[in-house]
Amino acid sequence: MKVELDTDKCVASGQCVLTAMDVFDQDDDGIVVLLAEEPGADQLDDVREAVAVCPAAAIRLVEK
Amino acid sequence: MADTPLPAPEFPMPRSAKCPFDPPPELTKLREQGPLTKVRLWDGTEPWLVTTYAQQRALLGDPRVSADPDTPGYPTKATPAAGEGKLSFVMMDDPEHARLRRMVTAPFAIKKVEALRPAVQTIVDGLIDDLLAGPNPADLVEAFALPLPSLVICELLGVPYDDHDFFQDNTKTMVRRTATPDERAAASREIGGYLGELIGRRLTDPRDDLISGIAARITAGELDHRQATEMALLLLIAGHETTANMIALGTLALLRNPDQLALLRESDDPKFVAGAVEELLRYLHITHLGRRRAVTGDIEIAGRTIKAGEGVILVNEIGNRDPEVFPDPDRLDLTRDARRHVAFGFGVHQCLGQPLARVELQVVYGTLYKRLPGLRAAIPFEDVRFKNDAFIYGVHELPVTW
Repeated sequence: MKVELDTDKCVASGQCVLTAMDVFDQDDDGIVVLLAEEPGADQLDDVREAVAVCPAAAIRLVEK
Repeated sequence: MADTPLPAPEFPMPRSAKCPFDPPPELTKLREQGPLTKVRLWDGTEPWLVTTYAQQRALLGDPRVSADPDTPGYPTKATPAAGEGKLSFVMMDDPEHARLRRMVTAPFAIKKVEALRPAVQTIVDGLIDDLLAGPNPADLVEAFALPLPSLVICELLGVPYDDHDFFQDNTKTMVRRTATPDERAAASREIGGYLGELIGRRLTDPRDDLISGIAARITAGELDHRQATEMALLLLIAGHETTANMIALGTLALLRNPDQLALLRESDDPKFVAGAVEELLRYLHITHLGRRRAVTGDIEIAGRTIKAGEGVILVNEIGNRDPEVFPDPDRLDLTRDARRHVAFGFGVHQCLGQPLARVELQVVYGTLYKRLPGLRAAIPFEDVRFKNDAFIYGVHELPVTW
């Protein structure tokens, strides 16, 4: 599984960072930054939750 | 789906005096009938009311849904008394909304807000010290819940300590229930003038604070001085009543659920406290009059069409009690996973200050009940005056003893 971001959509709510801190970070303006493009199996639940709580639909989890 | 009953029910509906923490029973009934219904506002207009969690999220994330009150069909103010103007980017659509919002996202990044946590803790400890040294009983709203967000936003904006009293006195007047409209307007002008001047000073003498960040946008030619002042004023106002009511109403809800209060009092686990904050945000949902929007293109939802030029109201307090998402939704359960709540809204307008609100509430809920283990209401529950008529729900005052 691979994470894809649309940083143009990001509204810097920080929800993804709070949910999956090993996968997502923020730049100086609070815009989402990807730390792990292909998260491990143990991180997938958190990433799915991050997708669900992102208010701007800026995160996608796609099959490789 | 059954046809919408006529005439449309009036909105907003009253809560039940017996269950002041729950949404109005009539709203719950409407949700059970389906996600979409027409309601009648005080001025006779009939926007759509969206009651289910899934449909609320879908609509709030839809680019055909406008937050600009000048868009045709935008529902009129929820009550004639709810007088709010067009507040900076909150009431704009993309791309202008995104352009302005991104100018002030930096200080609300998780790491920046986390860096403020020790300062928030110092403020909370100081307010509790003052409470303990002052009269007992005391009004928790006046002595604790309102000063906290005020002092925190001073810290964030970079208001010099010497100006705290002036700043606090005026913000207090701006949100005080008993203030006359003239008094409120005067206080708002004072604060606006003050923020405008502070921005002016930071233009030539920048520091590491939010006002300096806004001032830099003037230098870069991205904002004029008036827009910059409006933006600073928005950030000041947005966090005040919301956080204050979460503290006071949350405390009352916990006092009514002593088993849940005990969990908070006994826990030293920051993760538990963080989860408890999410559940209280879900359960209380103080922005009870809904998000108002206008639709700019036909949208199919639940077998019906909301047409361009029609208004929608999304009452997230009802979404937060949707049993499809939160089982046994009317129970306050600090151990549940409530993260998916929509108390901060959803879509591109979701609350900008939510990381700061979380830190403030985590520090409060993690500190107050431990330091005041005997905390209890000083008046009977039946005598508590709830803010049924206010834009933000809560209690007018909460006399407490300890």
